[in-house]
Amino acid sequence: MAIIRDMIPAFELFQPTTVEDALVLLAEHGQGAWVLAGGLDSYDWFKDRIKRPEAVIDLGGIDELTGISDAQDGLEIGAMTTLTEIVRHERVRSEYTLLADAAEHVATPQIRNQGTLGGNISQDTRCWYYRSGWPCYRAGGNTCYAAAPQAMNREHAIMGTSRCVAVSPSDTAHALVALDAKMIVRGRRSSNVYDAEDFFIGPATDITRMTVLESGDLLTQINIPGEWANAHFYYEKVRDRGSWDFQLVSVAAAFKTSGNTIDDARIVVNGVAPFPVRLDAVERLVRGTSVDEAVAIEAGEIAIQGSHALKYNEYKQPMMSNLVRRAVRSVA
Amino acid sequence: MGRWLDFESNPWGQEVLQGVSLDLMYLAIGLAVLFTLGHWFWYRRRGFSKQEEVAEAQGSVAGIPERIVRHTLASRIFHWSMAASMLVLLVTAFVPLLGLEFAWVTIHWIAGAVLILTIVYHVIHSIGWQDFWSMMSMGAKDVREGISHFRHVLSPKAPTPEKPGKYPFDHRMYHNGIVVVSLAAIVTGVLMTLRIETPFWEPNTYYPFVDQAVSGYSELGEPVISLTPGATTGLMFVIHGIAGVSLILMVTAHIYFAIRPDKRWFTWSMIRGWIDREHYLAHFDPDKWSVSDGSVQEQAPGGAIADSVVSAPRVDD
Ligand code: HEM
Ligand code: HEM
Repeated sequence: MAIIRDMIPAFELFQPTTVEDALVLLAEHGQGAWVLAGGLDSYDWFKDRIKRPEAVIDLGGIDELTGISDAQDGLEIGAMTTLTEIVRHERVRSEYTLLADAAEHVATPQIRNQGTLGGNISQDTRCWYYRSGWPCYRAGGNTCYAAAPQAMNREHAIMGTSRCVAVSPSDTAHALVALDAKMIVRGRRSSNVYDAEDFFIGPATDITRMTVLESGDLLTQINIPGEWANAHFYYEKVRDRGSWDFQLVSVAAAFKTSGNTIDDARIVVNGVAPFPVRLDAVERLVRGTSVDEAVAIEAGEIAIQGSHALKYNEYKQPMMSNLVRRAVRSVA
Repeated sequence: MGRWLDFESNPWGQEVLQGVSLDLMYLAIGLAVLFTLGHWFWYRRRGFSKQEEVAEAQGSVAGIPERIVRHTLASRIFHWSMAASMLVLLVTAFVPLLGLEFAWVTIHWIAGAVLILTIVYHVIHSIGWQDFWSMMSMGAKDVREGISHFRHVLSPKAPTPEKPGKYPFDHRMYHNGIVVVSLAAIVTGVLMTLRIETPFWEPNTYYPFVDQAVSGYSELGEPVISLTPGATTGLMFVIHGIAGVSLILMVTAHIYFAIRPDKRWFTWSMIRGWIDREHYLAHFDPDKWSVSDGSVQEQAPGGAIADSVVSAPRVDD
C-alpha cells in the first residue's frame, strides 16, 4: 500500500552539537520538529510522505550522547550509542549479556552500525495501516483499521490494547525493562528519570505515542543499574525469517538464582502488546521456587491469561506461552 | 470550520472528518470561565431594589408547613448519582486532553453506563410519580414568565415579574437543554462503546457507520478492505464532541449558580430536601406550586408541580 516516491519532501535540517542547542531547537519548532537518531525509522516515514516534519534535528553531531561509561554502580549508555558498540562492549558482553543479546538481534550488521539504542526503543510501531497513512487513532483519527473484522492483523497485539492494537517493535526495549534500566529524559526546563517500565506507554493512556517522550523532550541516556549484573539471562526472539526481521514475539528475562531456585526474576515479553509487557504474575509464581518442568509449564500458562487474539494472530498465544516456559525452564 | 473540526487524510489524500478539534474544547472552557467571572462581576455591580433586598414573604402562612419538601430522597439520590457520573465523564474526557494523562476510556464508558442507568430510573420515576409536564412545559405563558423574569434580572427597575411555580423558567430551560445534550452524548456514546473493548461484546471499529466501499482485491481475489469508516463515523464523533463541550459550559454554569450565596437555599434543598416557608412564600406562587399542611391540591393545567409524594407531608427533623 505504501507508495514509495523518489524524493523526500523538503525540510529544514539542524545539526546541533550540544544537547542544550538541540533542546532549544526542539522548543523553537514545537510540533513541527522531528528528532533524528540513526534515521532508520525516520527516513521510512519521510520517503513514504506519511510524516512531513518542518524541521529535522539530527542528533548525530552531539558527542555527549554517545558512548558507554562505567558508573559507580552499573553502566551509563548515551542514547546515540550504536547497537554495534553495545554488542561489542566488553562489560555489556560479560555482565549484561541480555542487552548484548537483544541488541544483536536487531536487523542486520549494517543497520546496527547506524541504528542507536535510543532510536531502537523510541521507534514507532510497524502497523502497516498506520504506516500506510490511514487516518487511524494513532494518526489522530477515530478508527483502528487493524482491529476491524477483515483486517490483516497477524503481527498485531494480543494484550494491552485499547482501541489501537499495534505492537511495540523494539528488540531491546524489553531487555532494558528486564534489567530495570533508567531512562534520562531532558526537556527545556526539567530533566526526568523514568524506570524503563514506565517509559513505554500504552494506547489507553495516549493513543498517539508509544513512550513518555513528548514534543520538546529528548531521551539522552540509559542507565543500567548494577543490581542485575551477571544474573542468569534468557533472550529469545521468534521472527518469520532468521536473517533479518522484526519479532513476532520475543522474551527477555533476568533471574537471580541459587542452584535451580529462583530468588528474584524480571520477565518481559515484547511483540504482543503496544508496549513491552512485564509478567508480574509469572514473576510472583517463580520467585522462591525451585524450577522444574511443572513450574515452567504453569509459568507459560499464566503468562497469557487475559490475552485476546484478533482474527489472524491466535498463534501468538501459544508462542508467547512457550517462550515464557523456555525462559523459566532455562534456570533448571 | 477547519479550526473547529478535525480532518485527517487517508492514503488517497482525501480529507476524512474525524471529530471536533481541541480548539473547540478550549473555546468552551474559555467561555465557561468568562461567563462565570462576567456574571459574578456584573451581578455585584447591578444594584438591587429595596424590594429585592428583603425578599418578602407574601401571603398567608396558614396551612403552609414550615418546611416544604422540594426534592424527595429519591430525586436527590438520582441527582447526585447523575451529577457524579457526569463529572466523571467530563473529567475522563477532557483532563487527559488538557495534558494530565491517564487510562481514561474504561472509566469513561463505565461512568456513561451509570449515567444511562440513573437517567432510565429518573425518566420512569418522573413519568410515574412526578408531574412530568411541569418540568418539560414550554408554552407561551411560560415563555412570557421567563422573559419578564429575565428582564428583571437584567435591570432591577423592570417590573417585578410574576412568581413562578415549583420550577422557574430558567430551571426548566436548563433541564431541557441538559436533556437534549445528554441524550446526544448518550446515543453517540453507546455507538462508540460498541466499537471498543468491553467485557460484553467483540469490538468492531467498523461499527456502526461504514460508508466507503473500497474495491481492493488481493491476488486471491478476496476483498482486502471492502469497507472503511468515513465521514459518518466522523459525524458521530462530532456530535459526541459538541455535546461534550456544551456540557462543559452547562455544568459549569449550573454549579456556579448552585454555589452562589443568593441561590444557596436551592442548593440546600438538593441536599436536605426541603426549603423553608419564607423562601417558598417569597419566591413562588402558591397557586402554581401549592403545598399544604397535610393535603395535596391538584393543579390546574399549566400550573405547578406538586410532586405528589413530595409536596404533601411535613418533614420532621
Ligand atoms: C455525557 C457526558 C459525556 C461527555 C462530556 C463525553 C465526552 C467525550 C469526549 C470529549 C470524548 C473524546 C475524548 C478523546 O478522544 O480524547 C469521548 C469519547 C468517548 N465517549 Fe464520551 N462523553 C460523554 C458521555 C458518554 C457516554 C454516555 C458514553 C457511553 C455510554 C461515552 C462513551 C465514549 C467512548 C466509548 C469514547 C471513546 C471513543 C473512541 O475513542 O473510540 N461517552 N467522550
Ligand atoms: C456538583 C455540583 C452540582 C450541584 C451543587 C447541583 C445543584 C443542584 C440543585 C440545587 C438543583 C435544584 C434546583 C431546584 O431546586 O430547582 C439541581 C437540579 C438539577 N441538576 Fe444539579 N447540581 C450539580 C451537578 C449537576 C450535574 C453535573 C448535572 C448534570 C449535567 C445536574 C443536573 C441537574 C438537573 C437536570 C436538575 C433539575 C432537576 C430537578 O430539579 O429535579 N446537576 N442541581
